Amino acid sequence: MDETPSASGRSNGPALSPETMKRAYRDMLLVRRFEEKAGQLYGMGLIGGFCHLYIGQEAIVVGIGLNMKQGDKSITSYRDHGQMLVAGMTPRGVMAELTGRSGGYSHGKGGSMHMFSREKEFYGGHGIVGAQVALGTGLAFANRYRGSDEVSIVYFGEGASAQGQVYESFNLAALHKLPCIYVIENNRYGMGTSIERASASKDLSRNGEPWGIASRKVDGMDIFAVHEAAKEAMEYCRSGKGPFLLEMETYRYRGHSMSDPAKYRQRAEVEEMRRTRDPIETLKAEMLRSGIEESVFKDIETDVKAIVADATEFAQTSPEPDVSELWTDILVEA
Amino acid sequence: MASLILMPALSPTMTEGTLARWVKKAGDTVAAGDVIAEIETDKATMEVEAVDEGVIGKTLVDEGTQNIAVNTPIAVLLAEGEDASAADTVTRSADPAAGASVAIETPADPGIVEAPEVAQAENDRDWGETSEITVRQALRDAMAAELRRDEDVFLIGEEVAQYQGAYKVSQGLLDEFGEKRVIDTPITEHGFTGMAVGAALTGLKPIVEFMTMNFSLQAIDHIINSAAKTLYMSGGQMGCPIVFRGPNGAAARVGAQHSQCFASWYAHIPGLKVVAPWSAADAKGLLRAAIRDPNPVIVLENEILYGQKFPCPVDEDFILPIGRAKIEREGTDVTLVAFSIMVGVALEAAAILADEGISAEVINLRSIRPLDTETIVRSVKKTNRIVSVEEGWPVAGIGAEICTVAVEQAFDWLDAPPARVCGLDLPMPYAANLEKLALPKPEWVVDAVRKQLRD
Repeated sequence: MDETPSASGRSNGPALSPETMKRAYRDMLLVRRFEEKAGQLYGMGLIGGFCHLYIGQEAIVVGIGLNMKQGDKSITSYRDHGQMLVAGMTPRGVMAELTGRSGGYSHGKGGSMHMFSREKEFYGGHGIVGAQVALGTGLAFANRYRGSDEVSIVYFGEGASAQGQVYESFNLAALHKLPCIYVIENNRYGMGTSIERASASKDLSRNGEPWGIASRKVDGMDIFAVHEAAKEAMEYCRSGKGPFLLEMETYRYRGHSMSDPAKYRQRAEVEEMRRTRDPIETLKAEMLRSGIEESVFKDIETDVKAIVADATEFAQTSPEPDVSELWTDILVEA
Repeated sequence: MASLILMPALSPTMTEGTLARWVKKAGDTVAAGDVIAEIETDKATMEVEAVDEGVIGKTLVDEGTQNIAVNTPIAVLLAEGEDASAADTVTRSADPAAGASVAIETPADPGIVEAPEVAQAENDRDWGETSEITVRQALRDAMAAELRRDEDVFLIGEEVAQYQGAYKVSQGLLDEFGEKRVIDTPITEHGFTGMAVGAALTGLKPIVEFMTMNFSLQAIDHIINSAAKTLYMSGGQMGCPIVFRGPNGAAARVGAQHSQCFASWYAHIPGLKVVAPWSAADAKGLLRAAIRDPNPVIVLENEILYGQKFPCPVDEDFILPIGRAKIEREGTDVTLVAFSIMVGVALEAAAILADEGISAEVINLRSIRPLDTETIVRSVKKTNRIVSVEEGWPVAGIGAEICTVAVEQAFDWLDAPPARVCGLDLPMPYAANLEKLALPKPEWVVDAVRKQLRD
């Protein structure tokens, strides 16, 4: 790609219909409210272990999701709740897995970082940084092997982009022209280490260049830009041209995980991002400009709050897994 | 409705903390995400953010209060338009959704939950007519048969296609099945193993060839964390039908980095099956079973055995069950347990012992995980002595496991302490004479048996 990537993919105003914008707003708000509630339940001790929230990054998964069709597969790291909700997994099942209950997607045996849905073609939820990149390349390999035009979406952070297997995967995907979209969610901090301190490559969107992987750098806080870039990447992959790399410039408002005091960045930096770049507020402003009425947002908020409250109730009332679960699912009966 | 703000847990291990500072005071309006207080944990000072919008009705603990238990109410949050007096009436049970009254009960300790019995594999059946073939041919035939049988099976690895296999195990497969199903990779074990595991999670059935199992170390994260554990972590939704195979253990003078047995490494992992064929029949029958198995299976082959000939059933349906050992030679005085190339060493030892009037029973394990403990224990109860023979290192090796099985399940039948014959506990030397000294030979086994009979 010799075109200069632009910071914002937006060219001629919103390229989304009012209905699509409403859907996107609703999905982003659902992820936001779900994650706020997860943070709250963690604070109450109802969610244990590690819990990584997606707050601030919602435009990425929702904008890409708008371009996915039945059969497309997705896979991500442990910051996975948003991906699951957008894949169509139920808030109840996800929240109940967070609380370790039998109603969770893995019957309480996976937790926040390890959830899957074969039905929704969501392949995890992976706790090993970068592992999902090679696995996701395998999902694309399977699409190709079966002769389908389905695409595999592989999410990873800028921190994972330092892992060697990412580049082994780029090589394999480019070599076999696999239908794989690599999405780097660059939220600037790999746990507590800023990208400047971790990467000698200053422009991650160019990290696929040695393999000739097409790419775009995208404003990941702007759902219009994400949508436009995802559309291009999807068409490229579906037509058999090979992998595509999207670097999404984004920001997470919360710590790396719940136990991160976030002393590596200034509070003011977070405040500034929330005030000026918030993806949900940005979309709302655009929707208001396009003539959508304030009452629409109230209704969506009410609707989303009810969904999250229902999921929360379910996640607390669903029983703990039966002790017999301890010994199931270790091997498939041959 | 007014709700309580509780002392949050801010790390997986936090049980209490100090309220260092109130950032918001009674009467302040807060929105979700606003910092309301700073809390010191044992690790760090953390900011507490409001999760709901509202007005702080009142604070319930003073700044500087120490040892506040997690879930203790620390403030009252009033809803939009609510009077400050509501702060005095809120109780822990008022708003469970906001986190007040949720009882976090510790379930009654269920005690030790016993693992279910491993289903016994079917008995060996007589497969009739045999022909002499090499282990290499047997492995090739097994892959060819399964590639023919199931379109979802494919072979991937370094030099498996055009080169016909670094050790010529995949000879002719590219010609018959084409490059879609016999796939050469770059030298990138971590990458292609991860890719194959990803494909297996969708239901395809890859056979991953490692040029030698030593190189599987580059990919071991995907074998263990991605392939072996996903079924469990997904609550049974997502299995991983995949085979990882290649030559294991010492070959001939290839030095320390290319001469290592991985049996105990992989046998340690729940979610994996591990087989280690010795003969051509083992190789063909076990590899076919491994490819058909819906779980990840490690097939530990042996380079030195590749060229050796054994009788192998010609029946097109020939297959062996995983999890079942084979008694290669019956005896009454001592049980020798071995796998892979050490089965040959044990049989040689048994022949020497026979000349001395000692009758040794030789068990070919065939499968390392699951281990056929029933066959081992039954034999020990007959012979009253057991010696394990393996090429790998002694510490935490397969021999340690076998001796433990004998002690735990046949202690009263033992007439001598179980013994282990292992490779020496050192990196493999290159020099011909030193390498020879490092690997078990029949005489070591004979000595171990003599010692058991003498003491």
